[in-house]
Amino acid sequence: MIKFLVKGLLRDKSRSQMPIIVVAIGVMLTVFIHAYINGFMGDTIELNARFSHGHLKVMTKGYADNMSQTPNDLALLDSDSLLSSLQREYPTVAWVTRIQFGGLVDAPDSTGETRAQGPAMGMGIDFLSPASSEVERLNIPKSLVRGRLIQNAGEALISNLFAEKLGVLPGDVVTLIGSTMNGSMSMYNFTIVGTIAFGAEALDRGALIVDIEDARYALDMQNAAGEVLGFLEGGFYSDDDAIAIAQRFNALHADSSSEYAPVMKSLSQQGNMGSYVSLLNTWTGIISSIFVLAMALVLWNAGLLGSLRRYGEFGVRLAMGEEKGHVYRTLIYESVVIGVIGTAIGTAIGLFFALLLQVYGIDISGMMEGAAMMMPTVIKARITPADYYLGLIPGLVSTVVGSMLAGVGIYRRQTAKLFKELEA
Amino acid sequence: MNLIDVKNLTKRFPMGKGEFTALKNINITIGKGEFVGLIGPSGSGKTTLLNILGSLDVPSDGEAIVLGNSIGALSAKQSAMLRKESLGFIFQSYNLLQVHTVYENVEFPLLLLKLPAAERKMMVMEALAWVGLTDKAKSKPPQLSGGECQRVAIARAMVKRPSLVLADEPTANLDAANSHNILKTMEALNRDLNTTFVFATHDEKVIGYLRRKIFLLDGRIDKDEVVEHS
Repeated sequence: MIKFLVKGLLRDKSRSQMPIIVVAIGVMLTVFIHAYINGFMGDTIELNARFSHGHLKVMTKGYADNMSQTPNDLALLDSDSLLSSLQREYPTVAWVTRIQFGGLVDAPDSTGETRAQGPAMGMGIDFLSPASSEVERLNIPKSLVRGRLIQNAGEALISNLFAEKLGVLPGDVVTLIGSTMNGSMSMYNFTIVGTIAFGAEALDRGALIVDIEDARYALDMQNAAGEVLGFLEGGFYSDDDAIAIAQRFNALHADSSSEYAPVMKSLSQQGNMGSYVSLLNTWTGIISSIFVLAMALVLWNAGLLGSLRRYGEFGVRLAMGEEKGHVYRTLIYESVVIGVIGTAIGTAIGLFFALLLQVYGIDISGMMEGAAMMMPTVIKARITPADYYLGLIPGLVSTVVGSMLAGVGIYRRQTAKLFKELEA
Repeated sequence: MNLIDVKNLTKRFPMGKGEFTALKNINITIGKGEFVGLIGPSGSGKTTLLNILGSLDVPSDGEAIVLGNSIGALSAKQSAMLRKESLGFIFQSYNLLQVHTVYENVEFPLLLLKLPAAERKMMVMEALAWVGLTDKAKSKPPQLSGGECQRVAIARAMVKRPSLVLADEPTANLDAANSHNILKTMEALNRDLNTTFVFATHDEKVIGYLRRKIFLLDGRIDKDEVVEHS
């Protein structure tokens, strides 16, 4: 009997091939869209984490209270020992010191007179330590448009847009005019060795990247750092993990009475990033749920229709003496087989396309011109464990439920009416 | 011994807010080996009666006893068992399973009976021989003519050697030559295997072969006559 039913299933393409294709397409779209939404939302968070917020950030209390102004007069002192202590206490987190600073970049002409000036968003990162992974974290080699990376003290990278605005080329010397952490005026010369484009409009407008030791010299911040950033193992932000680490640190070190006491904040606890993370999570959930639900309805309906058109066949089988329960069970088994095969194929294809998007991405930089928010200009998918089983909801559950509902008619209708439907 | 015993049978169907009475107080008996037809125009109730005799439907009132089973009192499982073991059906539009071969279509009732493969093969080939289709065993219904399809349907109905075969307008989709061919086949099976055939028909060609004619009109038996063939 099983052989008979399998033969029927394989030969009747409208019962096997078509439903499998429909289920596979539905599941493929579900998996792909879910990975795409996760990737886009996650990339936005990761971009912010890598460039400014970290998954965790240690600052002084005063700095944290005025973080939007990057007040280096409230920077962490003795940052090297703080860094060592963090590396010891939280070895699974990658810790780095950074100095963010603002200033005016002055490009002189051949006589030393100002030729062009512009406001810069400076960032001092650990560029020259052999063990540093900051260059890779910020994807600087791939962001290099012209010139080379920083190899010596006194060198700087400048954003390509900013360089064009100032008329600066690699090899030119510019002067950073800013203020030291003690409040006095600072002027420091950097040799531009390369221009970069990060692909985030907000960064590309005025970025100046220097080695952190140069930043310390320029801003008189010896053994100090504006912030210490932590990046969770695996490279992906987990709000629960980050908050747990921050709570543990703050319980030991926070002192509300001192402006200079260190505080640790998770990415979601910094500025408006909390509401952003929660908004992204909510929308990821909502969009994914709507899509999964929509696909579930489509495939449920497909299962329903696929079974309804077989009422005549069921009628004949019942007339031959097959029991209603047996007809119903075989209908469900068939839909399970269709659902499993369709889900497996759809998931594989969906993951393949998601992987392509994860690796290569889609360039939307043309749509991001003038964006004030730090958002990726290359949309990438992100495959998560959920993508491996998410397709089961529309692919298997909905298909089977559709067949189950359609199959109820086998019980509710008179057998005579069932096979009459074949003749209609 | 009576194979079928119908007593005071009435069948009503819901229609809108009221009811439509398709069969009114029917009383008939049919014995083993009969070749009998329920004859009447559309709406006379012949198919409804045939469905009840085939345990595909149940009486509203009265009783239909088929092979000793009161149809109205049977559970769904018992009805299925009766159809599986003792009844064969032939439909107007053949109702063959289109993706299965002729052999597989005829084999299907035997699969339900869980007979061994060797026995099934022997019985299927024998049934195909009765209807002259052994050479078409591997063909599929779409490759056959209407007459051949109906012969497959007859083989499928007869393969398990049922006591009773119910045929609903079996020649309605066939031309005259094929109709006579089919009817001669059924007549031979009735004669050789002593299988009881009950037809629902208004086709003159079928009526010409019947040995007993039960005329239905508006859900009632109008006439019941036995024909003496020369």
